[in-house]
Amino acid sequence: MTPFSYPALTLSAETLGCRRGGRLIFDGLDFRLGNGEVIALTGRNGAGKSSLLAMLCGRLRPDAGTIRVEGAPEAPATELIHLVGHRDGLKTALTARENLAFAQALLGGDALSAAEALAAVGLPHVAALPVGYLSAGQRRRVALARLLVSRRPFWLLDEPMAALDLAAQSMLTGLMRAHLAQGGAILAATHGPLGLDGARELRIGP
Amino acid sequence: MTRAFLAILRRDLALASRAGGGGELALVFFLTIVVLVPFALGPDLNLLSRIGPAILWLGALLSVLIGLDRLFQADEEDGSLDLIRASVLPLELAVLAKGLAHWLTTGLPLALAAPLLGLLVALPPEAMLPVAATLLVGTPALSFIGAGGAALTAGLRRGGLILPVLVAPLTVPVLIFGVSAANAALGGTIPFLTPFLILCALSLAAIVIGTLAAAAALRQAE
Repeated sequence: MTPFSYPALTLSAETLGCRRGGRLIFDGLDFRLGNGEVIALTGRNGAGKSSLLAMLCGRLRPDAGTIRVEGAPEAPATELIHLVGHRDGLKTALTARENLAFAQALLGGDALSAAEALAAVGLPHVAALPVGYLSAGQRRRVALARLLVSRRPFWLLDEPMAALDLAAQSMLTGLMRAHLAQGGAILAATHGPLGLDGARELRIGP
Repeated sequence: MTRAFLAILRRDLALASRAGGGGELALVFFLTIVVLVPFALGPDLNLLSRIGPAILWLGALLSVLIGLDRLFQADEEDGSLDLIRASVLPLELAVLAKGLAHWLTTGLPLALAAPLLGLLVALPPEAMLPVAATLLVGTPALSFIGAGGAALTAGLRRGGLILPVLVAPLTVPVLIFGVSAANAALGGTIPFLTPFLILCALSLAAIVIGTLAAAAALRQAE
């Protein structure tokens, strides 16, 4: 069996501008994210890191500039992107397995099954528990398991290390390394180190 | 794509059936209204049976409105809407799935309960099935008109207040033809089918327009 690898793709943003509540947050932002690359998005609180991620996933419309995917097999950018943000997209009344199975059906590109993904993030025992019963760190790990159930080249992570213990942080670093080795790309808004070599820093604001 | 559509439908049905999901809320609210009206009107059976269809329709309308604000707001708050936006499914079909799930958990139970509750408003036996039929074909219009309003208020913190004000005026045609079809079944000069078919048309139009409007509103959410 040959190992999976993503086709050549580049996510690029040109002269991106963001205005929230009438106030200019950032302007003229450019970046290119290609296969196997990592960008660590930094900036002080309120600099617009989450807003940039929201633009890339299609929730916010850019006030200036364009977002493009080059070399895409006729798919819009939103279908190539995985977002794990502050709002983790988990339904508290559903079990971890149901949440992941839902995400898999919705996002397509099947990779691991829900049970395998939960095992990969070290939570095989919570599969049948409603997510509402889990701790903040466990919830975060279930949300991260979503990255594994469905195969998408661009991972957009908002503070991925938040609420994770040390073991889980190194687990996540391992997952990110495996994703990069397959030709995936990562854009992570972060205040701390990601533990990845070759991460470029993209700083928003002063 | 079918799989994603069914996934949304199945998830919303599951959420409504879990504890605190609000699936029974509409039905209990409907029951409360219909039970209280005869007490308020007093023991005039003729009056009650004359306005019975109107009471059932008003009750159904208010019951559909009551849980509507959470239709998209809950998904917006916990980030599920970002997942749906990132899905391979066009947003219109995602809205259609959610609207359909909403109808299956509110409108359909209301229509099924209507013959039973018809007893409380002294509805003649031969009118019960037609009244339930008008609710069956009319409530999809309420769900989908409501979906448009719910999508507009999804991002508002106090959207629950503004939603009925926004949606209620748009439901007036449905209410008029629903009640007139139900009254036609009780007797009168107009045949039952005339207002009933207009009601069907209103529902079909609302499914299309409500779906497109809600998807457009969700795209412009912020």
